Amino acid sequence: MNINIVGPRIYCVLPILGGIPITATIVNSLLVTCIILGTCFFLTRNLQVRAVSKRQVVAEFLVETAQNFVNGNMGQRFAYYGPFVAALFSASLCSSLLSLLGMYAPTSDLSTTAAWAVMVFVLITYTKVKAGGVGGYLKGFTQPIPLLTPFNVLSELATPISMAFRHFGNVVSGGVISTLVYAALAAASTAVIGLLSGTVFIPAIVAALGAALLVTGIRKGKLPRKILGGIALVLGGLGVLSYLGVQLDIPVLQVGIPAVLSVYFDLFSSAMQAFIFCMLTTLYIANAADG
Amino acid sequence: MLERAIVLAGCAIGAGLALIAGIGPGIGEGYAVGKALEAIGRQPECKGDVTSTMLLGCAIAETTGIYGFVTGLLLIFVAPRILLGLL
Repeated sequence: MNINIVGPRIYCVLPILGGIPITATIVNSLLVTCIILGTCFFLTRNLQVRAVSKRQVVAEFLVETAQNFVNGNMGQRFAYYGPFVAALFSASLCSSLLSLLGMYAPTSDLSTTAAWAVMVFVLITYTKVKAGGVGGYLKGFTQPIPLLTPFNVLSELATPISMAFRHFGNVVSGGVISTLVYAALAAASTAVIGLLSGTVFIPAIVAALGAALLVTGIRKGKLPRKILGGIALVLGGLGVLSYLGVQLDIPVLQVGIPAVLSVYFDLFSSAMQAFIFCMLTTLYIANAADG
Repeated sequence: MLERAIVLAGCAIGAGLALIAGIGPGIGEGYAVGKALEAIGRQPECKGDVTSTMLLGCAIAETTGIYGFVTGLLLIFVAPRILLGLL
């Protein structure tokens, strides 16, 4: 049992500017970019005024969703932010979903999310300066009383930091918890099989019980019975085998159980974080123009 | 040897303490979800709006917990190497 929680692997180091490491983050980010570009290219070929192909309907749906999102959150005057927000969302979602394929997700590297957050911060500052001029922007820090200037500066800087850390922390915590659960399940299945294989009777009984549960489960169509029966049958069988001297080191309990976690951490959390990042981007920029 | 042990123990204890930060977001998010359920109960037709606003609020409330988690990660994976290098 080894628990391994590491950062991105460094493939090679470019010997310019004091060595630029080419990490898994960079390679996978480029892969994500290629995926998104390829999808866009595939969806937008042979566009016609009246949609005739399924491809075009999907493309129109995606673009309309992005436009509605931006218009709803920022108002019509910021409609030109649609492509930017859509790009952020798709990059974030595809990056996080890469972990489903067992690859290193670029969003579990702070550099990726920090880069996005800095981009948003620049846009926020630009919008503020554009709305009130440089003087108005600087004067905004002394509101409501000049005494609060340091805190205003701090809260301004806290925006990109919290955005970057929120996205990064959510993705990484999912990965850490999944790793820990995998390790725990491997240890648990080894321990259970070791416990069962003291005599030949106990695993045999467990296997028989499991088979009975499985058969009744299949006959009555009850899913919990099928699952429990299957687990007991496999555990009992492995116990008998290990009593007979056949050492099979199969972490049986790892089958199926981590899938529940994966649905939450990989699918739900990825989509959620991408959505929240874009939501905050739109809200902050719209606020910057008003305040 | 003793110094190393003290540094490692300090990092481990600190990481554990940092995760106490998870209590606050837990309470806050529970409160937010409870209020959202009340709102949905009162006006079921607003379910979509209330849910998306609630999820956004939960994500923001989560930030302090995430800070604690990142601090814990730093204390376990980054700090020991730096601190042991200083010895």
